[in-house]
Amino acid sequence: MVISYRSAWWLVFALMASPLLWLMMLAYMGGLGANPIEFITRYLGDWALRSLLVALAATPLKIALGWTWPVRMRRMLGLWAFAYVALHVSDYIIIDQFFDWDAIVKDIIKRTYITVGMATFLILSSLALTSWNGAIKRLGAKTWKRLHRLVYLAGVLGCVHYFMMVKADTLPPAIHAGVLGGLLGIRVWHHLRSRSLDLVTHRRKS
Amino acid sequence: MLIKIRKSWEMRESDVTPEALFKNRRQFLKTGAAALAGGLVGGMLSRHAFAAWPGVGEMLGAVGKSKFDPGEELTPWDAVTSYNNFYEFGTDKADPVNTAQDFQTDPWTVEVAGACAKPGRYAFEDLMKPHPLEERIYRHRCVEAWSMVVPWLGVPLADVIKRLEPLGNAKYVAFETLFDPAQMPGQRRDVLAWPYREGLRMDEAMHPLTLLSVGVYGKTLPPQNGAPLRLVMPWKYGFKGIKSIVKITFVEGQPPTSWNMAARHEYGFYANVNPAVDHPRWSQAKERRIGEFRKRDTLPFNGYGDEVAALYADMDLSKFF
Repeated sequence: MVISYRSAWWLVFALMASPLLWLMMLAYMGGLGANPIEFITRYLGDWALRSLLVALAATPLKIALGWTWPVRMRRMLGLWAFAYVALHVSDYIIIDQFFDWDAIVKDIIKRTYITVGMATFLILSSLALTSWNGAIKRLGAKTWKRLHRLVYLAGVLGCVHYFMMVKADTLPPAIHAGVLGGLLGIRVWHHLRSRSLDLVTHRRKS
Repeated sequence: MLIKIRKSWEMRESDVTPEALFKNRRQFLKTGAAALAGGLVGGMLSRHAFAAWPGVGEMLGAVGKSKFDPGEELTPWDAVTSYNNFYEFGTDKADPVNTAQDFQTDPWTVEVAGACAKPGRYAFEDLMKPHPLEERIYRHRCVEAWSMVVPWLGVPLADVIKRLEPLGNAKYVAFETLFDPAQMPGQRRDVLAWPYREGLRMDEAMHPLTLLSVGVYGKTLPPQNGAPLRLVMPWKYGFKGIKSIVKITFVEGQPPTSWNMAARHEYGFYANVNPAVDHPRWSQAKERRIGEFRKRDTLPFNGYGDEVAALYADMDLSKFF
């Protein structure tokens, strides 16, 4: 079946929105369990990391399978990742702590996993703020690209944040970190291979 | 004239299995014939032998109004029985209510060992029957900074311990949860060092607040809450309240405990609720009472300081957390 890029874009958009719609439905149906605030915080955190992994999968999909459409959509994917992270942070500030700034500041300073989480949020915020076409022109393509490479760091910090907050069961964060490692691994492998191919062609030329 | 009023959970004489039949059954199980004969015969016998103790989820009967009542709103039954940290049945607090429902607690044996005059293997009923049940409405504070108010049913652990006659060198009491990965899916991975282990200093174990609980909300404990018997110490973090106990050992030295073994800088042996000593990764100053929106302040010893603070009078609580 062949669908147009435009319909594919909307389909992926809807897929990225579905965890949020599901959460809203659960909230409406009273399905958030005995501790809804904890449920929302964890749920949004899970999907923030997962949507970031989806955004980071665009280039590896091109390398591994030759698909180009995910790369064309990656701005939308990245902005969804930012949306979930922003919701996760807003939930922490508004619902969980209810603007208890004293407690929030103490958390950010004292709790390493929250420090790491906030750093991830700051990185993704700066990427979201510079995600429009004009920003590429203003910053210059080279600087913009360098800045947006921070997304890899955001992925790593997101996994670290998850690892640091679990009590004993490290399997779920390990699975997410494994996916991230695989995605970054494909890029590194591709980079090394194309460099060695470059070397070969250079030698042939000389 | 002495009139014995039968408590609703006590057996009638006529219900009691004749001793010979009971011993027969023990022998039957010992020889391993039960395994050959299959669960059918064993199941029939056990149902007959223990008909008087209510099954899982059945009413334990009226025990009178609780003398221990903080006067706070009870956390609803649904929350108490669907939001449980019981890693043997999964690491998500929503897991146990789904994965524990087929958990077999009848028959149930508790092994008593170590420095006491009455060691041995006790049928659950024999261990509990001599003691009248009490209701205790306790605040429950989890180390994860959420809390509940729970109407437990049980007997003071001290009463049971006295019957077991600990010896002079019994300074601590160690407890173990059942290890049975076939029934407890969470034990198929080494999330914690199974079996789950907990322990109390003897004066803590003998403290009148320490409850050996067999029920909640008037009913026998649901499996996800630690059926058929568990500990409740309202001034300690919830993880000290070991569930589905199969072994009680009187020991001289401080026994190893599961969460302390997993992360000793995060979970101490004492684990007394203390707003002034944070968990390394989160604050313990406040807690979210299940059902409430705003966090409330956590009280020293979870509000039971008048009763228990003396136990720790000359200890540095930031060191012995």
